Amino acid sequence: MKFTTDHEWVSLDGDIATVGISAHAAEALGDVVFVETPQVGKTFAKGDSFAVVESVKAASDVYAPVSGEVVEANEALADAPETVNASPEGEGWFAKIKISDASQLDGLMDKAAYDAFLATL
Amino acid sequence: MSTMNTVGRPTTPNTLPDNDYKHPTLTGGRGLLQDEALIFEGEGWGKTGVDLPTPKTDGSDLGDLVRRDPIGLPGLSEPEAMRHYVRLSQKNHAIDLAIYPLGSCTMKHNPRLNEKMARLAGFSDIHPLQPQSTVQGALELMDTLSHWLTTLTGMPAVALSPKAGAHGELCGLMAIRAAHEAKGEHEQRRKVLVPTSAHGTNPATAAFVGYSVVEVAQTDDGRVDVADLASKLGPDVAAIMVTNPNTCGLFERDIMEISRLTHEAGAYFYCDGANFNAIVGRVRPGDLGVDAMHINLHKTFSTPHGGGGPGAGPVVLSEALAPFAPAPWVVNTGDGYKLVEREEDEAEQAFGRLCAFQGQMGMYVRALSYMMSHGSDGLRQVAEDAVLNANYIKARLEDLMSPAFPDGPCMHEALFDDEWLKGTDITTLDFAKAMIDEGFHPMTMYFPLVVHGAMLIEPTETESKAELDRFIHAMRLLAQAAKDGDVERFKGAPFHAPMRRLDETRAARSPKLRWVKPEGSNHAA
Repeated sequence: MKFTTDHEWVSLDGDIATVGISAHAAEALGDVVFVETPQVGKTFAKGDSFAVVESVKAASDVYAPVSGEVVEANEALADAPETVNASPEGEGWFAKIKISDASQLDGLMDKAAYDAFLATL
Repeated sequence: MSTMNTVGRPTTPNTLPDNDYKHPTLTGGRGLLQDEALIFEGEGWGKTGVDLPTPKTDGSDLGDLVRRDPIGLPGLSEPEAMRHYVRLSQKNHAIDLAIYPLGSCTMKHNPRLNEKMARLAGFSDIHPLQPQSTVQGALELMDTLSHWLTTLTGMPAVALSPKAGAHGELCGLMAIRAAHEAKGEHEQRRKVLVPTSAHGTNPATAAFVGYSVVEVAQTDDGRVDVADLASKLGPDVAAIMVTNPNTCGLFERDIMEISRLTHEAGAYFYCDGANFNAIVGRVRPGDLGVDAMHINLHKTFSTPHGGGGPGAGPVVLSEALAPFAPAPWVVNTGDGYKLVEREEDEAEQAFGRLCAFQGQMGMYVRALSYMMSHGSDGLRQVAEDAVLNANYIKARLEDLMSPAFPDGPCMHEALFDDEWLKGTDITTLDFAKAMIDEGFHPMTMYFPLVVHGAMLIEPTETESKAELDRFIHAMRLLAQAAKDGDVERFKGAPFHAPMRRLDETRAARSPKLRWVKPEGSNHAA
């Protein structure tokens, strides 16, 4: 699992990247009350806003950590946004993105680097 | 992710202790406060509250459109209707009950003289579609109000029609966009610069008008970082949006430099006038180089708000933007007053209109009543007293609580952070809820976003020293209790309000937006 400085995570399986927000982000947001996941079939460039997450007092764009086409969105989050708090780096994933080039992940942080980054915030 | 809840506001409700009252009442009432059901859940079904004679008509012109089903409203007599709404109002707070210290909201007293003036038949019993010759008095009032607003702000023109502060922001940015379009620069100027401490409506308005929003950093002393602003200004910037005094309750002391840099870059200066109460009669925004500014009549000029309206947000405009003001506006032809409505009248450059008619007439009357009853010297004293009151609160609380910007005086609002609560396990939210138990409406909390656990207190000029002392006394007792570790008092609060701590998460996750008829009820629908 790799992380961005904007607190998204990516986990790569073949050419399918599963993406979501980090446990730190979920904790900082507070209770998530709404998630807007991207439409299947849409393509995003790395850094595009591809989803929206809202807690009681903060609404935030989620940026695509990789470029590619959305092949699956976690539609269960529409009815159960609390999953993002309960399991941010597991069942609370946002979307699966098909990527053309695995080297996109090269610039991202691994868990240890991300934890070190969080310690600087 | 773009934004997170960085101010430390808890979003999960505390596990509340059970009802702490040793003797919960048998009926749900409390003291002399009745437990009141929704009007749809009461006894109003199957009866008529008011007996009206059946009108004698020769049939209806509605044809097939005549309603055949019951209308679905309960029938209440006058005392029943009266009691229902008075009981509901007793569960809420109002400026007529006590200080309403919501920062950035300017919750001041609504003088009863305003209400009397607004009820004069010549202002209240008129219709926007009446011939203009029959509403000359109302048009003259709008013209006089325009004169006061342009004089107080030192700006040449005003668009009266926007119906709220955010609507005024929309008006101002649409005028700015129209001006750039007229110069052929709209395509290149796609950015609006907004400081991090701005009201949330500023970036929202810029985005709504189609601009991308660029944040401007803040200095450690709570003001716009001019160097950062200068580095972001350029030929791609349409406007900046700055609040002055800002949401930290501080005057932007570099405001002249900010406006000079903005104009040098070919951009316009939008000023959020929500905090005009702090400077009215003392500073003219036109002298600061402002190109557009909304004025919340429902803040600075004492028209009612707090229940969700009706607001009024006239926008004053500089020479450069005046030609693009939205219709309608009033002109004095020398032979009477005329509402300029259409292009063929003189409004060929107007960017359009913001609402169907002339705006909030009743608020115009109230605002002008406030202005004329204070006079220009009285309005200056409004600003002075509002600032004095805020500084009194700051001075009396700063030994117990932590001012966000301790150096120097504040303007019309005193801002504290939650540094002083560190280690107490009590949050700003808990503290605010405990204030309700003591009989006070909480201050604005967790805003501005640049201050952790912010508590923003705006007393306005309304409060006397005695009333301020009452408030300060309660705040000091609470602050001391927090420091002494009386955590329960805060975590479970409010204990004495009509409703206990609300579950905001559940309300947001499963909002109930309409009343649903209970299963098996015989209520007409």
